Amino acid sequence: MNLNEFWDYLIPGISLGALYAVIAIGYTLVYGVLQLINFAHSEVFMVGAFAALLVFTKIEPSNPSGLMSVGLVALGFAVSGLAGAGTAFALEKVAYKPLRVRNAPRLAFLISAIGASFFLTHIAGKLFGRDPKPIPDLFVNKKVFEIFGARVSVLQLIMVGAAIVMMIGLDLLVNRTKMGMGIRAVAQDAETAGLMGVDINKVISRTFVIGGLLGGCAGFLFGLNSQVTYTMGFFPGITAFAAAVLGGIGNIRGAMIGGMVLGIVESFSAWQFGDEWRYVSAFAVLILVLMFRPTGILGERLGRTA
Amino acid sequence: MSSVTTKTREPEASFSATSLAKLRHKPWYKSDAFRRLVMCVLLGVLFTIMTGEQAGDDVFYSLNDSLTNWPWLGTWVAVAVGIWALITFHSYLLGNPALSPVHKVIKDATAEVKKVTPVLGRREVKWPLIIALVVVLALLPTWVSGFWNQVMVNEIAVYVLLAIGLNVVVGWAGLLDLGFIAFFAIGAYSAAYWTGKLPVSPPVELTPFLVIPVAVLTCLVAGVLLGAPTLRLRGDYLAIVTLGFHEIIYLLATNADEFTNGPAGVQGVPHPTLDLGFWSYEWTTTDLEQYWWMIMVIAGILIFLFLRLEHSKVGRAWTAIREDEVAAAANGVNTVKYKLMAFAIGASTSGIAGVVMASKVQFVSPASFELMFSVLVLAYVIFGGMGSIWGVMLGTAFLAWLPQILKDYVDEQDRHMYLGAILVIMMIFRPQGLIPSRRRKRELNLAKEGLGDADAMTEPVGGRVS
Repeated sequence: MNLNEFWDYLIPGISLGALYAVIAIGYTLVYGVLQLINFAHSEVFMVGAFAALLVFTKIEPSNPSGLMSVGLVALGFAVSGLAGAGTAFALEKVAYKPLRVRNAPRLAFLISAIGASFFLTHIAGKLFGRDPKPIPDLFVNKKVFEIFGARVSVLQLIMVGAAIVMMIGLDLLVNRTKMGMGIRAVAQDAETAGLMGVDINKVISRTFVIGGLLGGCAGFLFGLNSQVTYTMGFFPGITAFAAAVLGGIGNIRGAMIGGMVLGIVESFSAWQFGDEWRYVSAFAVLILVLMFRPTGILGERLGRTA
Repeated sequence: MSSVTTKTREPEASFSATSLAKLRHKPWYKSDAFRRLVMCVLLGVLFTIMTGEQAGDDVFYSLNDSLTNWPWLGTWVAVAVGIWALITFHSYLLGNPALSPVHKVIKDATAEVKKVTPVLGRREVKWPLIIALVVVLALLPTWVSGFWNQVMVNEIAVYVLLAIGLNVVVGWAGLLDLGFIAFFAIGAYSAAYWTGKLPVSPPVELTPFLVIPVAVLTCLVAGVLLGAPTLRLRGDYLAIVTLGFHEIIYLLATNADEFTNGPAGVQGVPHPTLDLGFWSYEWTTTDLEQYWWMIMVIAGILIFLFLRLEHSKVGRAWTAIREDEVAAAANGVNTVKYKLMAFAIGASTSGIAGVVMASKVQFVSPASFELMFSVLVLAYVIFGGMGSIWGVMLGTAFLAWLPQILKDYVDEQDRHMYLGAILVIMMIFRPQGLIPSRRRKRELNLAKEGLGDADAMTEPVGGRVS
């Protein structure tokens, strides 16, 4: 084990983990208030990436640098976040609310989400083409500094920085604001929260929007890191969902930890066993952890612990 | 006394009739009719996009094309607005809606169906019907073209087998299994292994028929190995663990080149042969019906066994576990044992389907075992009506057939878009599935009326909404 290589793999692991953490929050939030897996969240992520792709293909930035780059990245976050939030909002209205009104069984929600996920994936493929496309360069992705010989790039800094900002913001939002209190109340006991004057429908809708906002931004970051395709949501989506479960689904801080753990595990297993085994070890870790802690690292529910 | 009452009432009196009306007043843009109109117009636009051109090299091409194609866009939006008008103003447009022809037809049809259903349940009607159905099904491959024959066996029949197996796990025992195709893969790869087609050679070579028991055993063991440590997990945790298991199996099949030949897959899995000494039979791909009949026989045996199981002690134990695991355990049901049993039975059914698939297609590659297929089988089961074997079979047959028939009408790459839309629509309007099982229908009705939560998987989410 070479110490330099250790850092070489740790840093991408952390930046990937930060992304997973941000996506996992979307899963965990929805699970918290609705107790169901939002299978279509991976498509929210994909839509965010496509929104950024569309905007920057239209703008065609030429060799941006300095302030221009900062502005473009901010624009990217705004656009993809909005697109993600909009998609999640529409998703809730179309694929979840009608079922909720009819008191459908839980598995029906799962299937409806799967259907919506299929639909969004393939309509994106149809609309925007099925070949991967890169987002145009928004900044010079140069080395910023080195930690023990491992290079840290601008993009990695942005990824980790944005993730940290989003996570802190979300934590404050959920724990300190009135809206957050509503979310926690619905997560704990929706019926009672409704009796106490919480508008359950609004809370659920807003929860989806918050999750979608984070998911869309994560999609933008992921698109910068690699390329944008219609199926891009699938693997990060599953892994982030695994991360949410690993941390204890419904638990926001758990999702952050779970995401980080899975990102780092993936990166290290790519180093130790080869790139093709990265997902195998991520899922193996998940199964092992769940065998010994059946409710994840930090344990259950939004309302009770976070 | 009266003055006291008026005093306590004083604050209420400030709510005059006008202020109450103001409170109750909804601005026009918040009215249901307007919201429906927006929804309908959006759906019209969405439909235009769905039926528009395929994307070109330019990311904007398809979007631009469908949104500037005014006649097409206009038609869809007009249709949408028309539907909206019909929904909103049907009483003006049709007079009394109860008298409208559509309503009458639906009413008559439901009355007719209600009259027929109990007759169908009678023994002297039921059995001839089932026999007729089996005969028709058996003769079906001789009537259809070669292409449809392939579809019937490779897509429909194999998935019906899978769905029958998954129904035991999800529909009866209530275990959410998102990795069902993993066992299908194990079955298929065992077929390849025991017939000596994998890069590693087996101790003895068998014909695919003899592989079936071996594959069943392998899948049983795999099911128990996965299930034993993980079955104490609750619903969604189990889902992600089974999903993870699927991914591990899939990635092993893809990456362990020296054992599985990697993504290229293995070819030449032989057709099964049956040699009973006095009578021998060989399956080929030239005679298209053979595999169909083989699967029909296998499915028939499985259905018979599973129907016996459903109402046996085991089946009742599953129901108890599905409805309330804690209560079941408290009443002396060995939950771990029965859950493992369901898991293992489902896994071995999947394994049988895997062997059949491998020997029919004669080719095994990881591409047939992607995660999407696991998700699809689950969708088939729930679409059909989980817990009811007939519903599950019908749902699977329909959803597996649909993409094939859609091929003729829409672009091949768009088929899953329509499939997804159908799943959403179906779950909105008929969440219990095509033919729900009788017990499940009752559970859902009770849950709807607020009498208990039916089972761990039916509890309403997010509280009740008004």
